[in-house]
Amino acid sequence: MQMPSQSSEQHSSLWLDAWIKLRKNRMALFGFTVLLVLCVVSLLTPWIAPYSYETQDLMLGATPPSAAHWLGTDIFGRDMLTRIMYGGRVSLMVGFIATAVALVIGILWGSIAGFVGGRVDAVMMRIVDIMYALPFMIFIVLLMVVFGRNILLLFVAIGAVEWLTMARIVRSQVMALRKQEFVEAAYSMGLSRWAIIRRHIIPNTLGPVIVYTTLTIPSVMLLEAFLSFLGLGIQPPQSSWGLLINYGVETMEEYPWLLIFPGITLSLTLFALNFLGDGLRDALDPRASKD
Amino acid sequence: MLRFIVSRLLQAIPVLLVVISVTFLLIHSAPGGPFSDEKAVPPEVARALEAQYKLDQPLWQQYVSYLGDVVRGDFGPSFKYSGRTVNELIAAGLPVTAELALYAMLVALFIGISAGVFAAIRPNSLQDYIPMSAAMLGICMPSFLLGPILILIFGIQLEWLPISGWGDIPGDKILPAITLGAGYAAYIARLSRGGMLEVLSQDYIRTARAKGLSERLIILKHGLRGGLIPVIAFLGPAFAGLLGGSFVVETIFQIPGLGRFYVTSAFNRDYTMILGMTIFFAGLIIVFNLLSDLLALWLNPKLRQQTRGGN
Repeated sequence: MQMPSQSSEQHSSLWLDAWIKLRKNRMALFGFTVLLVLCVVSLLTPWIAPYSYETQDLMLGATPPSAAHWLGTDIFGRDMLTRIMYGGRVSLMVGFIATAVALVIGILWGSIAGFVGGRVDAVMMRIVDIMYALPFMIFIVLLMVVFGRNILLLFVAIGAVEWLTMARIVRSQVMALRKQEFVEAAYSMGLSRWAIIRRHIIPNTLGPVIVYTTLTIPSVMLLEAFLSFLGLGIQPPQSSWGLLINYGVETMEEYPWLLIFPGITLSLTLFALNFLGDGLRDALDPRASKD
Repeated sequence: MLRFIVSRLLQAIPVLLVVISVTFLLIHSAPGGPFSDEKAVPPEVARALEAQYKLDQPLWQQYVSYLGDVVRGDFGPSFKYSGRTVNELIAAGLPVTAELALYAMLVALFIGISAGVFAAIRPNSLQDYIPMSAAMLGICMPSFLLGPILILIFGIQLEWLPISGWGDIPGDKILPAITLGAGYAAYIARLSRGGMLEVLSQDYIRTARAKGLSERLIILKHGLRGGLIPVIAFLGPAFAGLLGGSFVVETIFQIPGLGRFYVTSAFNRDYTMILGMTIFFAGLIIVFNLLSDLLALWLNPKLRQQTRGGN
């Protein structure tokens, strides 16, 4: 990126500062590690999973954890560890892609509202207020019913719900920045609006956006699991943690491990991501670190 | 105050109109009619069915007549439960869901506020860390996981509590209420801790201490009033969440409430039912957001001043 040297210096010291703070926060570091491990495992799943995704052993049926199947097998004799690894790929993918959708809409909406200001801003933020008041959980269920349960729609539907807070954060950040002297100076130097947005507004808005993104990923994953649990999200033969929990519940009396292992995996992931988000907030946003 | 309520209610009208229009259009743009997955019926029967549900009219005409019905509070007949209207189904499910939501909220408020206040009294000590870690766990343990686990422990292993139904066997309301309330207890604990910490550092608390009031009185009387404002503000949105949560909890515990009806009609593609319930939920959520704003206003004199000045 081409940036004036002064602002890039300030830029790097802010990030360095944040990194030092983050490293001191043990829970956040734990969250970061869990996330990293999950991403690596998900990427490598086709090569490192102990069994292939399709492997069934109907004669074997459901067995508790053993040396051959560390997390046991389900009623079709499928290896649970393999199922959880493949399910994790889907859960994480939904988490990342739907968050990315929310990120794009939220940033565009918020920065336009904040930058243009005036009546445009009033109308745009009024729309956000109105959408806040709507029963979104219900709308997602509705969308899934009307358009069938396909995974692409799931990304869009969840993303379309989660962008509102992002838009508010970006807008308030942009509003505050717009009045700063260095932005006015850039204007007077004859920089175009777009150049100012790219060079000054975007880098300075990044901190809160990163924080909120980290907190959005777990809530998106939770939403996906929720829908899949109800049978309205991911459909077989694909699988996700929510769907595995759904199956686990059906047979939990006889084979509790089918519920417990996917449950632990999902909870641990959400736990880790929330701690990482909290840690990042403390590190990147000095004003919010009070509570 | 009255002006505030009236203006908020007036603002709710366009919101509801948008909800009705969007839901209506969505449902009518769905691929395949509501009867398409049923066994093939003779064309004349299909026509009769369409005429009965006014599906043979142009879309705008259907929309106008539906809007007229909704304004009169009539959501029309159900597509799938023949002979029953959406109103009847809502009337049957609402009391159950309302009771469940009420108990869940009581559980959440009681546990959440006690834990939050307890933690705020000694910040950054064990007394703070333990309840706050538990709260984090509560947030990360979704209801569709907590419910089955509670069933497994208290219903199946210990055989202390019934695992399904609503009002059939004594005690069958306990597990659903805890399952639905736990996540909110966790949020409320975090909010009330934050609010209390903020309030306890204020001057008027110092004044109260200087007057020689007991710590108990300071926290319960002066602290709680200000410290719980974030919790009150959370109640409106929480209610919307409770409705969503009731989908899961009512499914797990087989409770005949609105949430279960909604999920069932989603599976059955019972379009009038979905349409009616979505509008009904939206109305409920708007009302509850308004109530929670009013409560926050009443508790916080500073905000009250602003609204008066603003209008």
